[in-house]
Amino acid sequence: MRINTYSYVTLCYKSYLNMNFKYDVIVVGAGHAGNEAACAAANLGSNTLLVTMDMNKVGQMSCNPAVGGIAKGQIVREIDALGGQMGIITDRSAIQFRMLNRSKGPAMWSPRSQSDRMQFIQEWIKTLTGTPNLHIWQDTVTGLTIENGQVSGVKTLLGITFRAKCVVLTNGTFLNGLMHIGKTQIAGGRCSEPSSYGIAEQLKEHGFTVERMKTGTPMRIDGRSIDFSKMTEQVGEDDFHKFSFLEDVKRELKQMSCWITYTNEETHEELRKGLPESPLYNGQIQSIGPRYCPSIETKIVTFTDKTAHQLFLEPEGVDSQEYYVNGFSSSLPYQVQIAAIQTVPGLEKAELFRPGYAIEYDFFDPTQLNHTLETKRIKNLFFAGQINGTTGYEEAGGQGLIAGINAHINCHGGTSFVLGRDEAYIGVLIDDLVTKGVDEPYRMFTSRAEYRIILRQDDADMRLTEKAYRLGLATDVRFGLHKTKKEEQNKLIDFLNNYSIKPAQINPFLQSKESSELKHGCKLSDLILRPQFGINELAEAMPALKEKIEQIESRKEEIVESVEVVMKYAGYIEREKMIADKLQRLEHIQLRGKVDYNSIHTISTEARQKLTKIDPETIGQASRIPGISPSDVNILLVLLGR
Amino acid sequence: MTNASTIAAISTPAGSGGIAVIRVSGKDAFGYVSRIFVPKKKDLQLTEKEANSVVFGSVVTDKGETIDDVLVTLFRSPHSFTGEDTIEISCHGSVFIQQQILKLLLKQGCELARPGEFSQRAFLNGKMDLSQAEAVADLIASTSAASHRMALSQMRGNFSNELTLIREKLLNFVSLIELELDFNEEDVEFADRKELNLLAKEIEEKISKLADSFNLGNVLKNGIPVALVGETNVGKSTLLNLFLNEEKAIVSDIHGTTRDVIEDSVNINGVMFRFIDTAGIRETKDKIENLGIERTYKKIEQASIILWLIDSTQVSEHIEWLTERIAKRAVGKKVILVFNKIDKIDEEEYKVLDELFDQFDAERIYISAKERINTEELETALLKAAQIPELQATDVVVNNVRHYEALTKAQTSIQRVIDGLENNISHDFLSQDIRECMHFLGEITGQISTDEILGNIFSKFCIGK
Repeated sequence: MRINTYSYVTLCYKSYLNMNFKYDVIVVGAGHAGNEAACAAANLGSNTLLVTMDMNKVGQMSCNPAVGGIAKGQIVREIDALGGQMGIITDRSAIQFRMLNRSKGPAMWSPRSQSDRMQFIQEWIKTLTGTPNLHIWQDTVTGLTIENGQVSGVKTLLGITFRAKCVVLTNGTFLNGLMHIGKTQIAGGRCSEPSSYGIAEQLKEHGFTVERMKTGTPMRIDGRSIDFSKMTEQVGEDDFHKFSFLEDVKRELKQMSCWITYTNEETHEELRKGLPESPLYNGQIQSIGPRYCPSIETKIVTFTDKTAHQLFLEPEGVDSQEYYVNGFSSSLPYQVQIAAIQTVPGLEKAELFRPGYAIEYDFFDPTQLNHTLETKRIKNLFFAGQINGTTGYEEAGGQGLIAGINAHINCHGGTSFVLGRDEAYIGVLIDDLVTKGVDEPYRMFTSRAEYRIILRQDDADMRLTEKAYRLGLATDVRFGLHKTKKEEQNKLIDFLNNYSIKPAQINPFLQSKESSELKHGCKLSDLILRPQFGINELAEAMPALKEKIEQIESRKEEIVESVEVVMKYAGYIEREKMIADKLQRLEHIQLRGKVDYNSIHTISTEARQKLTKIDPETIGQASRIPGISPSDVNILLVLLGR
Repeated sequence: MTNASTIAAISTPAGSGGIAVIRVSGKDAFGYVSRIFVPKKKDLQLTEKEANSVVFGSVVTDKGETIDDVLVTLFRSPHSFTGEDTIEISCHGSVFIQQQILKLLLKQGCELARPGEFSQRAFLNGKMDLSQAEAVADLIASTSAASHRMALSQMRGNFSNELTLIREKLLNFVSLIELELDFNEEDVEFADRKELNLLAKEIEEKISKLADSFNLGNVLKNGIPVALVGETNVGKSTLLNLFLNEEKAIVSDIHGTTRDVIEDSVNINGVMFRFIDTAGIRETKDKIENLGIERTYKKIEQASIILWLIDSTQVSEHIEWLTERIAKRAVGKKVILVFNKIDKIDEEEYKVLDELFDQFDAERIYISAKERINTEELETALLKAAQIPELQATDVVVNNVRHYEALTKAQTSIQRVIDGLENNISHDFLSQDIRECMHFLGEITGQISTDEILGNIFSKFCIGK
């Protein structure tokens, strides 16, 4: 055995602390990715250590205090359906809930919550410390131990070496983080939190490509200085919808409103004055920021003809006076930010808690990962979250969950756990990352999914819970609830499919709904297809249906809604499933290791390089690599003898 | 790895002519040719000669015998038709010489090119896209001025340009739809239904126009179908032979000689006509002949021009019976009444004939196929009936079944989008049809990726609260 200082420390303290320095899985970073990874691995039975720089900030919401939104809300529902924690934590800390896109079809319905930031952290601390097999250590990881191309543990600032079979890195923006406020530059991973150094450099030496990205966050305002009477109030909804499928998880906090106001020409003038000192425009920041989340200075420069930009004031918590100014992300000098915001109606006397800032950080080109999120270069090393070039708590959480599950599988055996593009937004997310790489912080949009009608928030449990149960991540309680819902759903569908109705019975109702009257009898299910009314309205006119619905013991509204979606949109759902099945063919043609791309002179150099770099697992994945044309795919098929 | 071999073939038409060209393509093209070629300038090294140059010399056997004096034209990869090193040997046109040179090349290690292999390599090497490669084949096979122009236009990429235009419109349309779906919470102005409808209709029109041009394209490529019909023994086969200048149809005086359908194409003033000789129509109990007559009816339906041939010397008593049968199947087609054997009747008979067909509204031509009287007038009538629009080399005409299918499928999808917009269907459902439309068009013009759509949205709309 090799003796070094670390193992000496280990030997000395081992007997005093009831703590093991050897784990199955070590997760570095306790953010939205790390927490999910740690919980997943531990809940599956891996002896897991979570290392965080500050235990009091686990699950910190570095940007706006909200979870979900279009496409993101679907991801949270998926995390929940798979037995992850984000949905539960969000519901328990929610101070406003809304179902976005209600006017669109059900594929677009997206849950979104404002969370109490402190409560969110509290709930995470409760969850993490209540999870068996999960240990927490407050320290900074400075490097990995790597033996024979395989990770074997981590080294910390306190001089400890923790050994593990698998390591999941979820360092967020902390790798060489550098914040900008005007010309002021501060090293750090988040406002008043230090950066972490060493890991990126070490991995670079191992051949990893490290690049830099930029993101930003707006100022926070003292609520006591805001004149809400000049703003438009946006209240939340309080119906049965929520993130978690579990029945005992509820919104318990006082519900709060968001507030809407607008910038004006005067604001833009103030901002323009500050542009010479903007790190974005004076060359201080070189790295790429997200196009869908531009700073206010970028907005006024890019969209000069827009005379007003909408701002959302989001409350940070029930007991907090802090307001997050959504839409006003900026890295201009704080004086410019103050002068500009005070031109906005309702914010004339605004006092800041802190200015907005931009942050640059290291990320690893995600094409260096497999679909399990294990790195291709170093075995048993996983990356999840912002370190992979994504943004968003939800995207991070989804990756964390998959990394945690697969780290556990690497320790204890089993088939790797990967979700398809037709199974989950999480599948779309990871496939996009490892196949296409990122050239700006990656955020999920529903348009990224080919099969968004299948990937609805209302049936996340139908798509994923059984999978998670077989894996051991979904509890008996969750699976039981899912099975009951499914049974009740089927019972109602059967009833609607078989119940015949006569014109005389229903025509007065149809007339009242301006829906064409029946000439012959039909099944109730035929009526559900009509756009003018839903099941609940029909039930008012149909005592038998009403009675049937009354019989549903629990989750009545949810079940009726899901049945309505499944029946009304059956045609679309079926069609999408058919397309998905058809394209599945290409997903099953294995490619990795079968072709030496450099010897194919019939495809462009660019395509050759891309294929070599990504090393796609299947023809399907190859076809999604940017720069690979359909004719390249045909050539690959020819080479595979198809 | 796929194209390790060097291929060779005689690239001029089979048979002897003034000169012939043998093409050699592949990585060893220069090496192989230099071993059978002796340049006139003694110290010249073929393998070191610069690209696009022409070298004079002779082809010699390994025993030193000269086969022929030739010119070789050198092309270096990637600047050649196939994208590979290529040599074209221009030799004298005798079949013997061509064969000898090809044999020598094969002996050196060349492989005989399979049909279309040069084009295939050009495609594989990215020298042309699929629609262009297909056009090359058409260009080579083009048999009329119009089909030549059409193939040329396609090979030059006019078709691709047209598709690029549609693609751009579609991208904008999709971006507007996706904008409202993914960024509904954003403070941007969404397109209204009217605007979307207008855009979708524009796309539909473009696609339809291209798809519709397929019929014309098909006609240009394969010829305008002309059915020759009439009773038995009115001289249909004689007329056909006149057009074809060869004895393809069996001509005899025995009624019902042509029991089957005979087709051939003829180029008249740059327009291709596909003549379909048919079995003569008469009442018969002969089963085989009846089958032939059935086929004749079918052919009438497929043709766009019908030449109804009538024997002027003996207009049969069945004329009404016949008129009914032909007229029924000729709806919407150009019918030309051709009175044959006009040299054998007098003025009086001529008048009777005219009156007999008085109520039949069709152009009439009086000819003698045998004596070649008025046959030019018939040609003019055919050209008039063909009504081929004057085609410019830049006109885009779809002539490929694969493209046509993709276009019609795209057309169906975009039509569903239009219907959906009119019925106020939520855009997330519309997007299924839009994606389908993009997918089908993508088959001939390259895909539109989601990243492209998002990029388009971010560049045009201020996203990000």
